[in-house]
Amino acid sequence: MSVSLPVPGPRRGLELVPVTSDEQTRKDFTSDQEVRWCPGCGDYAILAAIQGFMPTLGIKRENTVFISGIGCAARLPYYMDTYGMHSIHGRAPAIATGLATSRPDLSVWVIGGDGDLLSIGGNHLLHALRRNVNLKILLFNNRIYGLTKGQYSPTSEVGKNTKSSPMGSVDRPLNPVSIALGAEATFVARTVDSDRKHLTATLQAAAEHRGAAFVEILQNCDIYNDGAWDVIKDVDSKEDRAVFLQAGQQVRFGHEGAKGVRVSPRGRLEVVDVDESNADSLLVHDPQADEPELAFALSRLGNVDNGVTPVGIFRAVERPAYDDAARAQIEEARRAKGDGDLAALLSSGDTWSIGG
Amino acid sequence: MTEIAETPVERLDHVVIRFAGDSGDGMQLAGDRFTSETAEFGNDLSTLPDYPAEIRAPAGTLPGVSAFQLHFGDHSVLTPGDHADVLVAMNPAALKANLHQLRRGGTIIVNSDEFTARNLKKVGYAESPLEDNSLEGYAVHALGLTSLAVKSVEGHDVGRKDGERAKNMFALGLLSWLYSRPTQSTINYIEQRFAKKPELAAANVAAFKAGWNFGETTEGFVVRYEVGPAPMKPGNYRTVHGNTALAYGLIAGARQAGLQIFLGSYPITPASDILHELAKHKNFGVVTFQAEDEIAGVGAALGASFGGALGVTTTSGPGVDLKAETIGLGVMIELPLVVCDIQRAGPSTGMPTKTEQTDLLLAMFGRHGEAPVPIIAAQSPADCFDAAIEAVRIATTYRTPVYLLSDAYLANGSEPWLIPDVSTLPEINVEFAKPATDGAPFLPYARDPQTLARPWAIPGTPGLEHRVGGIEKSDGAGDISYDPANHDKMVRLRQAKIDGIAASIPLLEIDDPSGDAEILVLGWGSTYGPIAAAVRSARANGLKVARAHLRHLNPFPSNTGDVLARYDKVLLPEMNLGQLAMLLRAKYLVDVHSYNQVRGLPFHSEDLLEAINGLVSS
Repeated sequence: MSVSLPVPGPRRGLELVPVTSDEQTRKDFTSDQEVRWCPGCGDYAILAAIQGFMPTLGIKRENTVFISGIGCAARLPYYMDTYGMHSIHGRAPAIATGLATSRPDLSVWVIGGDGDLLSIGGNHLLHALRRNVNLKILLFNNRIYGLTKGQYSPTSEVGKNTKSSPMGSVDRPLNPVSIALGAEATFVARTVDSDRKHLTATLQAAAEHRGAAFVEILQNCDIYNDGAWDVIKDVDSKEDRAVFLQAGQQVRFGHEGAKGVRVSPRGRLEVVDVDESNADSLLVHDPQADEPELAFALSRLGNVDNGVTPVGIFRAVERPAYDDAARAQIEEARRAKGDGDLAALLSSGDTWSIGG
Repeated sequence: MTEIAETPVERLDHVVIRFAGDSGDGMQLAGDRFTSETAEFGNDLSTLPDYPAEIRAPAGTLPGVSAFQLHFGDHSVLTPGDHADVLVAMNPAALKANLHQLRRGGTIIVNSDEFTARNLKKVGYAESPLEDNSLEGYAVHALGLTSLAVKSVEGHDVGRKDGERAKNMFALGLLSWLYSRPTQSTINYIEQRFAKKPELAAANVAAFKAGWNFGETTEGFVVRYEVGPAPMKPGNYRTVHGNTALAYGLIAGARQAGLQIFLGSYPITPASDILHELAKHKNFGVVTFQAEDEIAGVGAALGASFGGALGVTTTSGPGVDLKAETIGLGVMIELPLVVCDIQRAGPSTGMPTKTEQTDLLLAMFGRHGEAPVPIIAAQSPADCFDAAIEAVRIATTYRTPVYLLSDAYLANGSEPWLIPDVSTLPEINVEFAKPATDGAPFLPYARDPQTLARPWAIPGTPGLEHRVGGIEKSDGAGDISYDPANHDKMVRLRQAKIDGIAASIPLLEIDDPSGDAEILVLGWGSTYGPIAAAVRSARANGLKVARAHLRHLNPFPSNTGDVLARYDKVLLPEMNLGQLAMLLRAKYLVDVHSYNQVRGLPFHSEDLLEAINGLVSS
């Protein structure tokens, strides 16, 4: 049996968060703590982008919360002069779910690495996404365990030679974007630590999304897995190996868009050399498509030898957010039954009196 | 004109009835209704449902038997009863599984329709016990309850199956007659339950009334019984189950503290009913989050506490194991969190529907590092209400996770409850940290000099932005710190904060009418009833026995050591292998005499009486 829910109409991502007219700068969001990542770590660039981007949202700094698990990335909340919790391994999405559900006036961000959010915390990530809790989840993917000094991670490629896999890892990796789309996340994006402009624009879109926004940030660990993403960062290879997805545009890449992606007659996505005969048949990217199957297919393009890695927003659809719906039920219950009356509750059911 | 002879009435001071049948026979419902009638009549009472974890084990088999025991009397009733006086058995399996619970000479009412060759064979009866004289010495009433129920609904627009299903109502009607119970509330209940299917309601009422009339008109029962009302304090009463009382206590505690409840929970026997109950009361602002697992349940609760809600999680042993790390985080970040552990028989999956007190040391020590957590235990179903309010008080006042221990017996057991006047509930003062005004830096780990609690500074408060986390923090400022002296200081501060709670809890009270007892019976949690009943019997036999019951297990009331030292002998019954005994010996260097049973069932008071007698004469 199911019932129809009291669900509020579409909302903007930050609609219930109080705004400020105060001019805010990057400095306001920078805490007094010394940043302790390894020199050259991709996390510096991400932190700088976040600190630079937060003031542009125009929301009150005290209504911003960063929650993380354990790992190198998870240290980020200490460096933000907002409210924050550096919690325990893998649990940040669960903890943030409780916070976001009980506090509609907060902008809640979850920070974690590939180990934190896909290994020990994989379950929580999956459920935060399928519930569509109003959280902005940033997964820093460096394909390695850094804080524990270099073991393979759930996103490491097969055959990864690390301290815990001296003969090469035999595990098959997860694709974070595929996982998020599989959970039917309503906002799924991928961006790169070193591309400040793209990173900032992606965070902006995530902040404006109502519900769970999942952003995979390809991040370099220069100590244990240096160059993991070079193929899509290096000027020489970038053009041919990275695909920048843009809503309403054909999916094209390569020198002057010489290559494109289309749906093959067998129903798969294929990369083709673009010419006059096929230019009209290329896939037009639609992140608002109701079903996620094409976005999922796009996420698989990198999972073959010499594949290409799409970056950008894979999916952005409107669905009721879990926390909005949960609060709407409380309002509905209050409307229907009136505010809770404790004395009446305690006296409910069969009662009897004993005279004095 | 034929005159129906009035059945003579015999007065009893107490009776124990046990309803038993297949899981699908509706015995829990029949028991619950009989309990309501009995409460309404004014008896004191105590109940114990006894059912398997399997929802519907194969029909007619021993594992599928579900039972409900009710003890009621004209005086204070403290336990569900050691042995039943009456056994209602709906099939051979129910008879076989429960006969040992019946006192010799007791009454058996069986549904003879179910005593078929096939059903007898299923449970290993070579011959029907109704015919082989094996029940000699019992008063046996073999009645075709199913066929009687089917007959009683004739003329109602319901199917044969519905008639068969009404056999529990027929049996309830018969028992109601036998013990002179008021019936209107049951009729109201049936009508309400089947409000959408008036035909079914009418059929069930017919079966219920037919059961009553059957008792009155047949001559099978030579006597009917009366158990007079028990003297009870004036006021309004209802019956309440432990899990319901606990849920109400959480709502009341949150109201007293002016906080919203956020319950993060994952379904688990025997705690799920608290989640169900709280989910019904969203108009109190209660948020219930059914999490993906036990860890997420407690994590979300702690996250909500960070935001200024009252974070609560409800679970049982296996869930506690999983939540340990998050509770440790709660200890470290010093935020309120109420962890309700409805203990069940372990280890591992153990016996999910059976009771035990085996999580005390888990609650006490089940975290890595020096991670003290206060522990409170409820002692009776209705007491779960007060215990929950106390848990909320400690969690919010001292900014700490708190363990609230109940167990399967309290959770599903029920008793009459003098409904409290909400204006007399304890006050719980909670203040969030105020926005900074003087520009001084905010110190998230500064401490209240009295409670040693740190400020509860919630997001949305300007000027108090700060970061908490599992990494050790510096005293006061709350920055990450690996300083050895600071860690030593913080470990001791966290311990001192929990130890200091003792200043806010009542002294351990001794119940010793003689004033010169030489033996003390000490208990904690749900052993309250059986211990009090055993001590009452011992005193009736002329023994001088004192009794005390611990509600706070960490910290102990400050006079606990003195109380223990005052008696030559201390008897400590526990449904574990001596967990509280270990704590007491370690802390106070005194010996106690443990009496332990780990059978998944509450103590029989006669066993405890024997233990008391044994200790007195040793």
